[in-house]
Amino acid sequence: MSMFTWSSLTPVWPELFLALSAMLFLIVGVWRGNDGTLMLCRGAMGAFAVTAMFIMGLDWSVGQTLSGMFVMDQFAGFTKLMVLMGLIAAMALSMRYLYQEDMARFEYPVLVMFAGLGMMLMISAHNLLTMYVGMELQSFSLYVLAVIRHNHAKSAEAGMKYFVLGALASGLLLFGISLVYGYTGAIDFGVIGLQLAEASTPGTGLVVGLVFILVGMAFKVSAVPFHMWTPDVYEGAPTSVTALFAIVPKVAAMALLMRLLFDPFHAVLPEWQQVIWVLSLASMLVGAFAGIVQKNIKRLMAYSSIGNMGYALIGVAAGTVEGVGAVLAYMMIYMIMTAGTFGIILSMRIRGRACDDIEDLSGLSRTAPLLAWSLAFLMFSMSGIPPLAGFFGKLFIFQAAIEADMIVLAVLGILTSVVAAFYYLRIIKVMFFDEPTDNFDGDMGFALRAVIFMSILFVLFFILSPDILVETARSAATALFAG
Amino acid sequence: MIDFPILTLMSVLPLIGALFIFTIRGDEALVARNARFAALYTSLFVFALSVFMLGKYDPTGDAFQFVEKKEWLPSLGISYHMGVDGISVFFIVLSALLTPLCILASWESIKDRVKEYMIAFLALETFMIGTFCALDTVLFYVFFEGVLIPMFIIIGVWGGPRRVYSAFKFFLYTLLGSVLMLLALLALYAVVGTTDITVLLENPVARDLQMWLWLAFFASFAVKMPMWPVHTWLPDAHVEAPTAGSVILAGVLLKMGGYGFLRFSLPMFPLASAHFADMVFWLSVVAIIYTSLVALVQDDMKKLIAYSSVAHMGFVTLGIFTATVEGVQGGVFQMISHGIISAALFLSVGIIYDRLHTREISRYGGLVKNMPKYATVLMIFMLGSVGLPGTSGFVGEFLALLGAFKVNTAVAAFATTGIVLGAIYMLMLYRRVVFGPQDNEDAAAMPDMVPREIFIMVPLAVMVLLLGVFPNFIMNRVGPSAERVVALYQKGLEVQMIEPAAGEEVFP
Repeated sequence: MSMFTWSSLTPVWPELFLALSAMLFLIVGVWRGNDGTLMLCRGAMGAFAVTAMFIMGLDWSVGQTLSGMFVMDQFAGFTKLMVLMGLIAAMALSMRYLYQEDMARFEYPVLVMFAGLGMMLMISAHNLLTMYVGMELQSFSLYVLAVIRHNHAKSAEAGMKYFVLGALASGLLLFGISLVYGYTGAIDFGVIGLQLAEASTPGTGLVVGLVFILVGMAFKVSAVPFHMWTPDVYEGAPTSVTALFAIVPKVAAMALLMRLLFDPFHAVLPEWQQVIWVLSLASMLVGAFAGIVQKNIKRLMAYSSIGNMGYALIGVAAGTVEGVGAVLAYMMIYMIMTAGTFGIILSMRIRGRACDDIEDLSGLSRTAPLLAWSLAFLMFSMSGIPPLAGFFGKLFIFQAAIEADMIVLAVLGILTSVVAAFYYLRIIKVMFFDEPTDNFDGDMGFALRAVIFMSILFVLFFILSPDILVETARSAATALFAG
Repeated sequence: MIDFPILTLMSVLPLIGALFIFTIRGDEALVARNARFAALYTSLFVFALSVFMLGKYDPTGDAFQFVEKKEWLPSLGISYHMGVDGISVFFIVLSALLTPLCILASWESIKDRVKEYMIAFLALETFMIGTFCALDTVLFYVFFEGVLIPMFIIIGVWGGPRRVYSAFKFFLYTLLGSVLMLLALLALYAVVGTTDITVLLENPVARDLQMWLWLAFFASFAVKMPMWPVHTWLPDAHVEAPTAGSVILAGVLLKMGGYGFLRFSLPMFPLASAHFADMVFWLSVVAIIYTSLVALVQDDMKKLIAYSSVAHMGFVTLGIFTATVEGVQGGVFQMISHGIISAALFLSVGIIYDRLHTREISRYGGLVKNMPKYATVLMIFMLGSVGLPGTSGFVGEFLALLGAFKVNTAVAAFATTGIVLGAIYMLMLYRRVVFGPQDNEDAAAMPDMVPREIFIMVPLAVMVLLLGVFPNFIMNRVGPSAERVVALYQKGLEVQMIEPAAGEEVFP
């Protein structure tokens, strides 16, 4: 055991800062009550921004610290910045909605901050314990957020489902962890990795443990067949919480999944590759076909996210640096598109009432042309039509897949993208080809506008210099393989 | 040569025009007026640029000209690479010519959401010109596929009663074909290590791989072309699209398929092209004969012309896959000629549709009496479509058939019957619409073409006749590039890259 030094805490500063500010906010919240919610929301955005600045100021090549419990590398830095960006966007989307729907409780920003802290711990985990603690911190905050409007039946139902299934997944994950510990005698990623590299063939018990861990992770990224909670939770949770669910946690979960697979379990790549292969294909199929019949736009986005995780998993299944780089770039593009889309969903209000049926968008191109064109571009982008950003996400993923010789997965995947294009087009059809029924309330507020605007700018102009993202994602991926 | 990036300028200018139109504010009538003029001026300027480019194009060169190359995605080795050769240069001019004509043709018929309409057309122009300029496979795909966005909106918003169905069918059919091509592009990249078309042309891949890649590209181009039996989206899309949409669809978008065959399939996968040539021949023959017969029984003018397009494209695929210089030249010429003639025919239908709001043939009759000018120009286009010597339609079909006779006499013989069928349905259409008794009072009361319409139709009519008499203007420029494509094809046949080991052959 190495001696504790203060300098070993340096890479953890951002997390410490976020944790301390969350606790401070909690105290302020208890003291001020629900009157302080708006202030706390703004404060939370500020805290996320400061945390991001801390991360940018850090040395991204320190590697492990705190006796190997925690790792700070390019991969962690990149994904953490992504998560914080998403958190800021999600908070910006929430603020007005909290007041409109009369759910402006001070716990909201505090819970989002704790969830964010959990995600950052997940990303930097280098030990099965850190990983589990981070994941549970994140999950518990999210469970509570899902039921924050507990007097609404749907919200309560969503929270309940999310909690029960989430707890089950955590149980499976813990069981997997215990098996891995039992068969390797270690919980440190580095030690597990070394042991597996030395063993000629992995033991059956270890593989079973790995599969249980994968199941737990698949639940978090909502990969089929562990996706059942997603549509119900997306539909039932308050829309601002749905936006948060859609934008951020999957980035963290995907980052953790890749860290697990390419750091401790890299030696058993052939064992997990087939699992990811199946998860990926199943997710793409379900995401594409089940989305077709949806009438509620939040449910539709749930299936869309399932499908999109399927595409991201192709990159994981490729098992190469290019694949991981493609996943990171894909998640970034997907996150920004989702933020914009939810910005528009949150502005769907008719006479002060929030609505979330696709039919409510009828004739939007006449009543609110700018909003309609924005959503149209986002939908074209989601279906992967060039020259929009979404196309490049798919391009990177499929390029990595072909490079890694995963032809079957690539062909099936790209065919499902055509099926999925159908439901994205249907939204455009409703907005542009149908006659208007009702006007949306015009006033959306600055924050919503800003998020939508930035998302659209990204989607439209990503083509001008796509290399920045590819380059950064690639170097983050390289760091993961080096570690 | 030209010392400024003319290709980039031509493909970006329409987008800048669209952006300008986007910023126009004010009351509706004023916005519509300004949007129309802004779109017209932008597209006319692009057309002027394209004529200038054609003037500067060196007809003797067979290499790519006006080449621009910039880093774009260096970490993946993808660059922004543009250039034209004899095959693509005329398609650029064609796109640039048809866009202002489309805007003029929609001047009065489109009254609703004019601003969006003009933006969509200018965006479409960008993608069309870009497709023919791109010398990088990914860049090509971006433009090729980007066309879907404005076209989907154009059909769906300004189309006829079944516009939603048609728009979806168009979009999903084309997308399904194209995504397979995307995978093929990526596979080429994985094997050869570049997305640069000029390098890919010189480095054919192994035979087995060629087969698969050829099929993937075929899926995309055959749908776009369209070839029988994947042509069914075309009649729907044509009938429902607004006039200008049909014009662009028939005039330029179909040519992207033929262009793709010439740019990718034939020179990059020579072994596969040779292997599948017979299949393409017979599909083309079926397309020519079957769709001509279908065209015979149509009551809807647009549908008739749509089916005739499929038949005419059959000659193009026939010519291209003979892999002879005559055939390739004939294919390119036929595409350009069909681009002008079919565009003009759709515009002609649009002219009487604007007056009577029906496309049913039996609702017209005896138009020669009240619309003599119209009857004259329609006759020129009708005869061009039939392929009468002296019109541009003759040259392309003749050369394509000449190439086909050299390679496969039976195919050529069957295809030739298509010309006869083509004459039957076009002449019947002309007789029923223009001659005969004036049975319908409202049709008999229609006024003749107004100056705006004359201004649209006359240049096209002149071109049909001029190209029929002086085809060499095009042939001279296409020739060297066609020879180069055929030479690459022949070279690819001789140099068997990697012999597959015994028992490994996927395609015997």
